[in-house]
Amino acid sequence: MTTKTAPAPAAAPPASSRRFSINLRQSGIYVAFALIVVLFTVLTDGALLQPQNISNIIVQNSYVLILAIGMILVIIGGHIDLSVGSTVALTGAICAVLTVQWGLPWPVAVLLTLLSGAVIGAAQGYWIAYFGIPAFIVTLAGMLVFRALTLTTLGNQGIGPFPDEIRSLANGFTGGYLGNVGLGPLGGADLVSLLAGLACVAGFGLSQWRKRAARLGYGQAVEPLPVFVLKIVGVAVVVMAVVVQLARFRNLPWVLVLLAALALGYSLMANNSVFGRHIYSIGGNLQAATLSGVKVKAVTFWVFVNMGALAALAGVIFAGRLNQAGPTAGMSFELDAIAAAFIGGAAVQGGVGKVVGAITGGLIMGVINNGMSLIGAPSERVMLVKGLVLLIAVAYDVWTKRRA
Amino acid sequence: MSDDILVMRGITKRFAGVTALHEVSLTVRRGEIHAICGENGAGKSTLMKVLSGVHPHGTYDGDILFEGESCSFHGVRDSERRGIVIIHQELALCGQLSVAENLFLGNERSRRGLIDWNRTNHEAQALLDRVGLRENPTTPVNDLGVGKQQLVEIAKALSKEVSLLILDEPTAALNDDDSQHLLDLLDGLRAEGITSVIISHKLGEVTRIADTVTVLRDGRTIETLPAKGLSEERIIAGMVGRDLEHRFPPRTPDIGEEVLRIEDWTVHSPAQPDRVVVDNATLSLRRGEIVGLAGLMGAGRTELAMSVFGRTYGVGVSGRVVKDGQEIDTRTVRGAIRHGLAYVSEDRKRYGLNLIEGVQRNVSAAALDKLATRGWVNENEEYTVAERFRKSMGIRTAAVSTPTGTLSGGNQQKVVLAKWMFTDPDVLILDEPTRGIDVGAKYEIYSIINDLAAQGRAVLVISSELPELLGLCDRVYALSEGRITGEVSREEATQERLMQYMTRGQSS
Repeated sequence: MTTKTAPAPAAAPPASSRRFSINLRQSGIYVAFALIVVLFTVLTDGALLQPQNISNIIVQNSYVLILAIGMILVIIGGHIDLSVGSTVALTGAICAVLTVQWGLPWPVAVLLTLLSGAVIGAAQGYWIAYFGIPAFIVTLAGMLVFRALTLTTLGNQGIGPFPDEIRSLANGFTGGYLGNVGLGPLGGADLVSLLAGLACVAGFGLSQWRKRAARLGYGQAVEPLPVFVLKIVGVAVVVMAVVVQLARFRNLPWVLVLLAALALGYSLMANNSVFGRHIYSIGGNLQAATLSGVKVKAVTFWVFVNMGALAALAGVIFAGRLNQAGPTAGMSFELDAIAAAFIGGAAVQGGVGKVVGAITGGLIMGVINNGMSLIGAPSERVMLVKGLVLLIAVAYDVWTKRRA
Repeated sequence: MSDDILVMRGITKRFAGVTALHEVSLTVRRGEIHAICGENGAGKSTLMKVLSGVHPHGTYDGDILFEGESCSFHGVRDSERRGIVIIHQELALCGQLSVAENLFLGNERSRRGLIDWNRTNHEAQALLDRVGLRENPTTPVNDLGVGKQQLVEIAKALSKEVSLLILDEPTAALNDDDSQHLLDLLDGLRAEGITSVIISHKLGEVTRIADTVTVLRDGRTIETLPAKGLSEERIIAGMVGRDLEHRFPPRTPDIGEEVLRIEDWTVHSPAQPDRVVVDNATLSLRRGEIVGLAGLMGAGRTELAMSVFGRTYGVGVSGRVVKDGQEIDTRTVRGAIRHGLAYVSEDRKRYGLNLIEGVQRNVSAAALDKLATRGWVNENEEYTVAERFRKSMGIRTAAVSTPTGTLSGGNQQKVVLAKWMFTDPDVLILDEPTRGIDVGAKYEIYSIINDLAAQGRAVLVISSELPELLGLCDRVYALSEGRITGEVSREEATQERLMQYMTRGQSS
């Protein structure tokens, strides 16, 4: 593999400085993420990338990442949702009531919880889309109302413990169905996890290759082959490195499997579906979208329904992780999700943003959280750094746009 | 003191490798009205920005002599202190504030840090009298029409002891009455000794009011001519660098059956539901026909079009839309599109384009379903479509992914037209299709309109420029106060006749 890519840089066309600068702007967030990971790896003497710690970062941030996926769509549509933290608490409480108090089977309970989240989203989406109240106001009201309903539901105390299945969705790992394989100096690793990782990498490479071939077939410009190969190899190396570490620890966390599926599905939806495109066009120019026949109200409504359902999923996972639905669950999660979306390249005016960007933004904050606590920084300093990172990320975005 | 109030010599201004102005010279005599003409992108606005200090001293080469003294302005405040005031095309007024507050914004009449309201309103009244605006100084600016707002801008300039007034497209958004009033006012200011520089696309006004005309093209000064006896054709020749004997491409109409009929169409204003905006209008379009809709500002042209197109304007709408002999439902935009209607709005930036997306995603926006199977868009097909329109319509852009916000007005308009052509409509309503577009691009837009008609589509053109309607249309309806007051064929149509119809029923 390495011998094959070695002659690549020499073959690169000379006049590629402009292409490179465009790439830098689009990929600035990924470069920043890589630099932050390197920084904390050095500061923590490698503790950041230890198998157990990687697993922790994923599990601890899973619910914010799920919220970020919903939030980026809301923000692309030109809105905001301040209520997701309270929705996480309320849906966690609903799930607890359904399973612990009513004793419903867990799949039914989870489904009903997701449905209740969708109803919460629909209730807010109605006022925003059809009544025309700014999302900021509606979801600010929702933030208070749903927190109040949480307290009413829980009677100011926690409800738990949850069934094992819900706990393992939040905290559990895939089973070692095929046993372990030896990886030389790295020790034993779970074969299923490794195979899943390889399948992901192969699938990614193949789909990118087919996309490239199709673009070439239509006579479109594509990135030069060496850059393309380098990109695929880079992604493959990062993914496999993470998977190997996880396989050495306790296999793949179930939330990672879930997150991967959500990230893939929502990326495809945002980029390639008519619905996703309509979200971008509404955020880009509401009037133009209206006059182009986009069902602006319906699209906005469903974006909030989706946000509610994803918040409910985050609510189930968060409650399952703590093994208890508490009245203060999800406090300020909305701010983390919003920050993730903006660090990931969303624009306040709407119309811009990517699902993968929002996830990367969330991971940046997760790594900063984790890395700083590993080196023993007090929480106020973590907060300070996260605030500055948000400001710098958006300032960089504004600056590159002004230069363009 | 010399006779020349302003001399700009050898002005060269570059933006990131693009030379916007190349050794431009401009000499303005004291007390004259000096018009600057040129296509969009010729460098008119850039030159005025250099003069007013928006582009500060040091970012350009060349000299500016004002009142015989060399000037090096570092900002708008510097130039205003010398008595140079620029009024931009987009008015810079705060709509919620009163006329008086706007007049003295940044220049408040105050005593010990507190606003002296008596003096503010008193002086405001004096300024309003001077520009002939009969309004109370405490009226919020939002309550005034565009024409009156323009006068407020001029009054604001007068409050600053202006000696050189620069107006960028002052009449672009005004109707004929308001334009006339504005031009009269400039005439009066000239008598008071105030020198004006106006940038204008309306050459009729230029030849009427200006003393001197300077023509810019491609960032260079082409010529400076005395306006007396100057013809519009002569100015256009300088602007485009070629003799534009034919401003309109030739066309042989091939008119077929009636395709669309709007019957007894009545629309009420959403702000005042008892006010009739369109009154019992009936009009019809035939295949292959280009029909004009003439009317003064406020006659209800856009309101008529938008109420037909998916009820995007108005309340209490009644009437019938008949297509190919059958009544159709156009109550939603989707319904209108499905029945083969397309509406290209008069404000392409606000209503037509997603400026942060490229040509590709804009062209597909109104017919995304055509590129999708089961809700999934085929981006490669979309690219092919965008490329096809880019080539066939001559959209000048680096790539179909370049944000449309960076394109020139003419190219943006082509993108909007491409968007609607991709919906394959039978009837296109084009609202001010050449507003803010330079002469060369206008010709291209006219050619596209002709092609659309040649393909058997019906085109309804709404325009404030009567020569455009006369040059383009087979038939012209005149609209006045919401009523169709006349219908003239190409052979009978003259500007005078249309103007008669367009003003019929007014103030009677």
